[in-house]
Amino acid sequence: MRVALWGTRGSLAAPGPETIRYGGNTSCVEVRGEGNALLVLDAGTGIQRLGATVRGGRGRIDLLLTHLHMDHIQGLGFFEPLYEPSREIHIWGPPSPTLDLRTRLARYLSPPLFPIRLRDLPCHLTLHNVPPERFEVGGFEVEAELVCHPGSTVGYRISEGNRSVAYLPDHEPALGVRAFPARPEWTSGFDLAAGVDLLIHDAQYTTEEYEDRIGWGHSAMRDALAFATLVGARRFVSFHHDPTHDDVMLDRIDAVARAAADLSFALIAGMEGATFEV
Amino acid sequence: MSQKAIELILMRQLASSLAMPIFLVDPSGNLLFYNEPAEQLLGSRYDETGEMSMREWSTLFAPIGEDGSAVPSEALPLSVALHKHRAAHLAFWIKGLDGVSKKIGATAFPLQGQGARLLGAVGIFWEQP
Repeated sequence: MRVALWGTRGSLAAPGPETIRYGGNTSCVEVRGEGNALLVLDAGTGIQRLGATVRGGRGRIDLLLTHLHMDHIQGLGFFEPLYEPSREIHIWGPPSPTLDLRTRLARYLSPPLFPIRLRDLPCHLTLHNVPPERFEVGGFEVEAELVCHPGSTVGYRISEGNRSVAYLPDHEPALGVRAFPARPEWTSGFDLAAGVDLLIHDAQYTTEEYEDRIGWGHSAMRDALAFATLVGARRFVSFHHDPTHDDVMLDRIDAVARAAADLSFALIAGMEGATFEV
Repeated sequence: MSQKAIELILMRQLASSLAMPIFLVDPSGNLLFYNEPAEQLLGSRYDETGEMSMREWSTLFAPIGEDGSAVPSEALPLSVALHKHRAAHLAFWIKGLDGVSKKIGATAFPLQGQGARLLGAVGIFWEQP
């Protein structure tokens, strides 16, 4: 598998000279399989640049949304393959107890928030609630589980052969846990991330910031590292960077994390444009 | 042991933060967790009892009705919540693991997840004067 980060920012796009290395685009990750099958994880603003690289292609695209907060869908209407009449696109998203995925996405992809309606997109578009059991897409085995984040939010585990990637961009597993981490069976996201080769995980806050943002659905770097240790990940990519954190601040958070503990995995600062072979 | 459903994890975390005694059971009625206020009421720490089957816990605390007869397990609010998928309430006596008899009121409700999945039930207890 090849994994590319097209957007690593959380909550709000943060372009500018002070965020040039980590990037300003919101969540979007490309996963390519052995047969060049394309999975796109989330449709933050980073998806616009990814779309330009697949313009005019004919292959099926599967877009897996973790949830429908704006920073994860804002780029959707700017994903060029959606406007290609011959393109087959499948969008997968978390279930809701009341509304189907089309209805929920159409709230954004319709006037007055967006000029083009979801139903008017020319591609062959199919929308799916992610099923509770494992499913196959383009040679990948995909697992989706609800995780600790406000609203209906899933994380994903994507496997190909004996390789695996876990993607939990918005995740607060430490919420309400007195001594985090808790035992595995009582830890949100554990099964998704257990033993993965690459863990892409929320690390939005410093420890000090988190104290004022408990319950907002995101993790302090300290807790993200504890989670990565608990699940036995081989590589950990920090993700969903706070929009107020510039490159200097993110370097500092990364340095503090490396100095604080003898990590059992490779710690990688998630930067827009980074690629990984898994 | 595989991870519990997120709804159960969140319920446990909520229960851990509340000051009223709370029981959490799975769809089969197996006791998954009770919080510190419940430990005081039941006279035993969760870490000592651990998870236990419905048959075990429903008899362990020897529930006695107000008429003095044993309360059958199927009449306990948690059992009603699980099997009839509705909230239930009952007042009865228990003998805690510390040997002390207490009158309690118990209210239980089912935990139903998306896709109509029954995830378990929650019992809330009040010690009654």
